[in-house]
This record gives sequence, C-alpha cells and structure tokens, in this order.
Amino acid sequence: METFNEGVYSELLEILQNLHPDVDFTTNRELVDAGIIDSFDIVTIISDIADIFDVTISADEIIPENFNSASALAELIKIKLEDEE
Amino acid sequence: MKSNIKDNRKTKQKDIEPKQSKLNKIKWKKIKSKQIFAAILSIVLVLSGLWLIQALVMPKYMHGIVEGAMIAEYYKEDKNHDVIFIGDCELYENISPAVLWEEYGINSYIRGSAQQLIWQSYYLMEETFRYEKPKVVVFNVLSMQYHTPQSEAYNRMTLDGMRFSFSKIKAIQASMTEEEHLIEYIFPILRYHSRISELEKDDFTYLFHKDKVTHNGYYMRVDVKAAGTVPKGRPLGDYSFDKLAYEYLDKMTALCKENGVELVLVKAPSLYPYWYEEWDRQMVDYADRHNLKYYNFLDVTEEIGLDFQTDTYDGGLHLNLSGAEKLSRYFGEILQKECHLPSRQGEKKLEESWEKKLELYYEEKKTQEEQLSQDNNL
Amino acid sequence: MLFTSYEFLLFLGIVFLLYYIIPRKLQWPFLLLASYLFYFIANPWYLLYIMATTITVYLTAGAIERKKENFKDWYNSQKKQLDREQKKLVKEKEKKKEFHLLLLGLLMNLGLLAVVKYTNFAIANINSVFRLFGGNEISFINIMVPMGISFYTFQSLGYLIDIYYGKYKAEKNPFRFALFVSFFPQLVQGPISRFHDLSKSLFEQHKAEWKTISFGLERILWGFFKKLVIADRILPAVNLIIHNTDTYKGGFVLIGMLFYALELYADFTGGIDITIGTAQTLGIHITENFKRPYFSKNIKEYWKRWHITMGTWFTDYIFYPISVCQPMLKINKFSRKHFGNVIGKRVSVYLSSFVVWFTTGIWHGASWNFIAWGLGNFAVIMISQEFEPLYEKFHKKFHISDRLYYRMFQVIRTVLLMSCLRMFDCYRDVPLTFRMFGSMFADFRISNFSRENLLSLGLTGFDYLILAVGLMILITVSLLQRKGSIREQIAALKTPCRFAIWYGLFLTVLVFGAYGIEYDASQFIYNQF
Repeated sequence: METFNEGVYSELLEILQNLHPDVDFTTNRELVDAGIIDSFDIVTIISDIADIFDVTISADEIIPENFNSASALAELIKIKLEDEE
Repeated sequence: MKSNIKDNRKTKQKDIEPKQSKLNKIKWKKIKSKQIFAAILSIVLVLSGLWLIQALVMPKYMHGIVEGAMIAEYYKEDKNHDVIFIGDCELYENISPAVLWEEYGINSYIRGSAQQLIWQSYYLMEETFRYEKPKVVVFNVLSMQYHTPQSEAYNRMTLDGMRFSFSKIKAIQASMTEEEHLIEYIFPILRYHSRISELEKDDFTYLFHKDKVTHNGYYMRVDVKAAGTVPKGRPLGDYSFDKLAYEYLDKMTALCKENGVELVLVKAPSLYPYWYEEWDRQMVDYADRHNLKYYNFLDVTEEIGLDFQTDTYDGGLHLNLSGAEKLSRYFGEILQKECHLPSRQGEKKLEESWEKKLELYYEEKKTQEEQLSQDNNL
Repeated sequence: MLFTSYEFLLFLGIVFLLYYIIPRKLQWPFLLLASYLFYFIANPWYLLYIMATTITVYLTAGAIERKKENFKDWYNSQKKQLDREQKKLVKEKEKKKEFHLLLLGLLMNLGLLAVVKYTNFAIANINSVFRLFGGNEISFINIMVPMGISFYTFQSLGYLIDIYYGKYKAEKNPFRFALFVSFFPQLVQGPISRFHDLSKSLFEQHKAEWKTISFGLERILWGFFKKLVIADRILPAVNLIIHNTDTYKGGFVLIGMLFYALELYADFTGGIDITIGTAQTLGIHITENFKRPYFSKNIKEYWKRWHITMGTWFTDYIFYPISVCQPMLKINKFSRKHFGNVIGKRVSVYLSSFVVWFTTGIWHGASWNFIAWGLGNFAVIMISQEFEPLYEKFHKKFHISDRLYYRMFQVIRTVLLMSCLRMFDCYRDVPLTFRMFGSMFADFRISNFSRENLLSLGLTGFDYLILAVGLMILITVSLLQRKGSIREQIAALKTPCRFAIWYGLFLTVLVFGAYGIEYDASQFIYNQF
C-alpha cells in the first residue's frame, strides 16, 4: 500500500514539475490560492492524470482544496483509484 | 475569614466605583460637549460651503438678460401697493408704475417675468397675497394660450427668483418640462453646477447683493424700432383656450374674491404674438360671466395715442418707454375712475421712497438716451 | 432607474431608513419587496421574467436535491446487497437522472434568455443567408430585453449547477432564493454572485453600524465620482468619434480608443462601486468585481482582474466542465496518440477556451462584433500563452521583469491591447472596425492632436483639465490601494481630515460631475448586457 501511495505521488510530482519546473511542489500548499497554477494548468493536469492513471476528475472536484497542494491532489487520485478497484 | 475578605473587597470596590463613575461622567460630559461643538461647527461649515458655491454658480442676470432677476426684486419692496400687475413681458415692458405714481398717486408693482405661464401667475398671486393685499390685481391674458410647460430657461427665470414656499413648490410642479426635476429647483446647485467653468466677473461682484434692474417691475427701454405691417395670424384649428388655462383663471378669480381684491384682465397693445378675435371674445365672455373688468388695449391704440412707428423698440412686440408711458397714463385714468383708487400722494413715507425711485428712473432714462444718440451718431 | 438618478438616491434613502427601523427579522423579506419594487418601477413586465427564472431554478434545484437525498437513503440501505459493479451502475444511473433535471433547468432558462436576447440576431443572420438565394426575409420580432437578464440568469444557473455538484444544500425557502436572484443593487449590472458567498450576509440580521455604513457611503460616493466626473464627461467625445468615422480617422481613432478605455473603466467600475457600496450600507457583502485591471502584466492576468465574477463564472461553469468531460478527455487521448504530446496537450485547453470566449462575446451582445471581440481575446491569450516560455527565458537572461520601466511597459501594453480589442465594441461592426484600425496607422497625422482638433471633440479646455485631474486621482488611488483598503487608510486619519476628504469628494462630484440638464443622461454601459 505504502509503495502504491508513493508511486502515485511521485508520478504526480513529475506531471506538475513538467508544467512549472521552478516550483517546489513538495512543500507548496497554496498552488491555487497564490495563483501559481491557473485554469489552463489545471486542465492540463487533469488530462495528464486521465492519461496516466486512467482516473477522471470531474468539474465539481475542481476546487482549491483539491488543487492547492500536490499531496491533496494525490489523495484525491488515490481515493478515486481505490473506488475503481 | 475568606468570605470576610471578599466582602471587604466588595465594599472597597463599592467605595471606589461611584468616584470613578463620577469622574467618568465629568470626562464624558467634557467629551460630549466638545463633540457636539465640533459637530455643529462642521455642519455649519459644510452648509455654508455648499451655500457659497451655490450662490456663486447661480446666474446673476445683472446684465444682458436681466429678466431673470425681476421676480426676486419684489421682496425688497415695502409691501403696501394699491395695484399689483401679474403677467408676462406684455406687462413689465408696457406699464410704467412711475407714471402711475406721478400722475395718479397710485402705488403699483409689476410681478412680471419673461413668458410667465398662467399657473406661474396664479402661484405668484398666491404668494403675493401672503405679503400684502392690494386693492387691484391686473392680469395680462396672453398666457391663456398655453396649457403645457414651455421652456426650461423661462421656467428658471420666473421660478428661481421666488422665495421658498409651498406656492413656489406648486408653481415648479406645474411648470416643469419633462427633463426637469423638482430637486434641481430646491437645490439650484444641481442645475447650475456646470457654470463653474464659465464664471464671470458679475458672478463675484453680485455674489452677496444684487442691483435693481427694474423700476417697480418695469423694464425700461428707450430705443425705437418701428413696426411694419402686421400680417393676420395664421388660422388655428381650435380657438378655444384649454381647460387647464381656464382652470387657473378660475382659481385666480376665486383667490382674488377670497382676499377681497379686484381682478382686472387686460390684453396689452402688443402687435405680436397675434391676438385672435376668437380669443378676445372668450375673454369678453369670461369677464361678463364673472363680473370682471376686461380691457383689450389693442382696440384703443388711437385713444391711447400709440404710434407704432415711434412707441416700440422691437417692431411691435413690446412698447418702449414712450409707449409705456402713454399706456400707463391711459390705464391710470381707468384705474382711478373705474376702480376708484384715490391718490396717495401726500403719504410722507411713500412720497420719500418714490422720490428716490423717480430719481433713478430719470437717471436711467437719461443714460439710455445718451447711449442711444451716441449709437445713432456712429 | 439609473444609479445616478435622483429617483435611485431617493429609493435608496427610503430603503436604507426603513431597513434599519423595521424589526431585524423582517430585513431580508423587506429587501425582497424593495428589489421587486425596483424592478416593477423599471417595467412591470420585467417581473414576470425574473419570477419565471426564480421559480424554474428553485424547483429544479429542489428536485435535484430531493433526488440526491432519496438516492442516498436508498443506497445506504442497499449497499450491502450490491456488488462493486452494481454499485457503479446505480451510481451512474442516478447521476444521469440528476443530469437530466439539471439540463431541464438550464434549457428552460437559457432558452428564455436566447429568445429575448438572440432571436433578432438569429433572424438577421438567417435573412442574410436568404438574401444570397433571393428568398423572402423574416421580419424581426418586437421584444424587450429585461433589465439585467444576462446577470441574474447566470447567477441563478451557477446556483443550479452548484446544487447539481452537491457543493451545498439547496435553499428551501423560495422567498430567500427569490431575494438571491433579484437583490436590487446587483440586478442591473452584476456582479454575478455565488449563493454561498452572498447568502451569508444577505439573510443575516444587521444592526446599523457606523463603520459599514460610512464605508458603504464612501464607496457609493467614489462610484459617483468615477461615473459622473470622468465617464459621463468624456462620453460625448467618444460618441462623436465612433459615430462619425468619415471625419474622425487616423489619430482620432487612437484618441477615441484611449478615451473609451477610460470611459468604460470609470463607468463600469464606478457602477460596481455603487452596487457594492449600496449593499454595504445594508450590511451585505458582495464579492469584488475588479482588482485594478489596468495594472495587469498581460491579458490573461487582466481577465483575472476585470469583471472577475464573470470570468470565474465562465471558468467554473463552462471552461472546466467542457475541458474535463468524457468526450473531451477522449479527444485529448486521441490527439496525444496521433499528433504527439505537444499538440495533444493543448487540444482541450484550446477547444474549451474557444467556447468560453465565443460565449463571453455573445453574452456581451447579440451581434458579430462582440463575437469577434471575444475571439480576439481568445487569440491574444493563446498567442501569449505560447510565447510564455520565450518570455521567461528573456526575463531570466536580462533580469528586467522587476524593473519599474518594464512594469510600466507591461501595463501600457495591456491597456493598448485591451483598447484595440474593444474597438469591436465601439464601432459595432466588424469590417468597419478593421477599416478604422487600419486608418489609425495609415491616416495618422500629428496634427490630429493639435489644440484646435482636441477642442473640436465636444470637450472644452476645462473638461480636459477635469479629466486630467480625475485621471490622476484614479491612478493615485489605485497605487495607494496596493497598500490596502483606502477606506481603512482614511478611517485611520484624524476626524477633521476624514471629514475634509469626504466633503471634498462630495463637492467634487456635486460641482464637477457631468450630470443634469446640460448633459445628456447617459446610461451605464453595462446595463444593456
């Protein structure tokens, strides 16, 4: 389970890092509130996640709480993946 | 023991409390009176600032178009007139109260203004009666032809000069054109604020006081422009005056009756605007029905001695001084004989005030004549 | 009832007094009454439209909510008997049913909006096609567009979608919901509020508090300053230039463009200031709609700071739903496979942005020039998005991004770009806009800016002086705002200073405002949308 979690997290970090190489996504907890990622980024992230994890994040899940940090987003993906199983 | 201590403390506190609250009260009183003073001061400052700006931007009407200053001049008068004229330019340019005084001892005043509409005349009458009850009120019937608000500019010249009163409010409401607002009359700064960019010397000179522009309401002109032939008025579809005009005429009749004032209707001998036979008949009928006197001076121009080659300054619209004096002489006799107005010459105070007025009257006549001959020589 | 009319001030004064006199329990019902009265005064028929929207959205939201609750109860009781596959199936089925309800609500209201606002546009377009084939033309329908319909429809639909998403519970009390839809300060020109933002303070009981009331009044006064002293004064010149295109070419186009930028800003933000200030005097908080937009670095940022509530509405309810819906994700996958990652990644962003800007354009007005304007914004944003990596490299190399002159360059660039795009809005005709844009360069003469020419635009030297001072005040206030609320800063001053500022602003509006019989009554630009 541990490794699964870590796997999700590190893959997610890679997606984010590709988008904004100069942001430290491991520590930043206000990605949306501080305007680091915008709506274009969010859509790109969601389509990347759909591509890699085969998980769909729906429009009602696009709220700052889910996108403010990499860990929150990883948590969302994890719940979705578990649901699928 | 413990409870004792507590009690002690309590009593101590009780001792202190009233003292403190007294102190607080005094302090609070001080603050309060200071605050009240500051509040009053700021309100005074705010209002006087507003008033000053308003006074500054209001048109002064001291030169050029002086008609706007006429209505307000009345309030400076001693209010014990025998005759009050109420109406439009056909009165204030055609009747000279100075002649009425000099020749008949009649103390009269013209509450006239440019294009004064009948409801404005009515409310001016209502207002005038609060200051004085003259023996006779003379109303010029030309404005019977209007039954809708006409022009903002003329409204302003009549209404802005009126002192604040219910009569004024009612006059405003009756006069407003569609794009006007009552509040812009109550606070004229809302209307005139844009004049801030076009202020002239007059606006500062006459900020706190105004000069007189009339002689008891009479607007003097000595220049001459002869009248040509007068074409007949173009036929109208309907000659009967509107219900609204009659309504106000009825109200005037009633108001005069109520106050024991005789209402006299006149039509001044102006060639323009055209006065139709049909209109005249209605006025004759109305006067008959209500037992009023009605004089159409257009019918008696020869008796008056008017010569439209020399007695008008704008081709027959208005009389000049020469014409106005002739008409005043003629009408004065009527007033004296038919309205039984005795001469008041001999009343000391009145005589004194007229002496001064006549001095100004002849002075202006002289100045205007000099100016005229200068212009003619050029 | 215009915000800058005596009637509105009177209405506001009466509402304000009664609001704090009546029992606090009755405050929000009283506001509903006042709002409906406000609408009734404008035109009694308008009430029917807003009531139709209120009722349909209230009912569909309630239906969705009940459906959700029923399903939850049923699901919890049945959970143990269902296997994973079945669970997924019933959930999907439920979602579909809820979606149909949502669709019903959306279609009813968008249908109404389309009929009143877009029928004649559609007819005009059909006619131009008919003309090509020599067919008969359809005559236009005579229908009035209810005041603020675009705003309250969008506000209600945002609520409906939120209920569908399950973001919060549906409002049970129909009268409360009716107030949310019709709250009079924002009825005419927005902002487009969200239910969970507005409802907090809208239905609360409010005590008359000096601070909120004085802040509200200050804000209203500031709005009047922008609207009356600046916007309405410059308006005649703008109208003269854009309505006489034969005379005013070349440099005049540039003047008109810049004047319009100032006019629109002062007019729209001033109106919103009055809206928010009015609500504040009643103790009600409305979301901000502007954040010093002309100080933006680029167009994308500009749109986050101009008409904010509209921008976020389009992002939340159009951009996201379209870009993350199943078909879009499929298209995405497909294009990644066939065109590679670089293009594939962009497909959904581009497609949904296109839809957003098309609708933004047509939302502003039922004509092609607004669509062109929307798509112009789309093009500029996408191009600058593509150039962003290049910019970043450039900034890193030359270290100028923090320099004052570079910031100023960026601000000027934003203002000019936005002003150019707005020419579609000014000239109201797409080919004409392009012609005038060309003329701005081709017929440009320095003499266009001569004293004589500037004074021929219906503005006197005095007007220019007031506009210049007004503009300076606007800029100063915006700069001060970066340090925090101006009103807080004023409140911290000594009482005499505070009163002097208020009185000064009041006198400025009173004396230098372009209102009254000498000036044409000019509507707020955004009222028509």
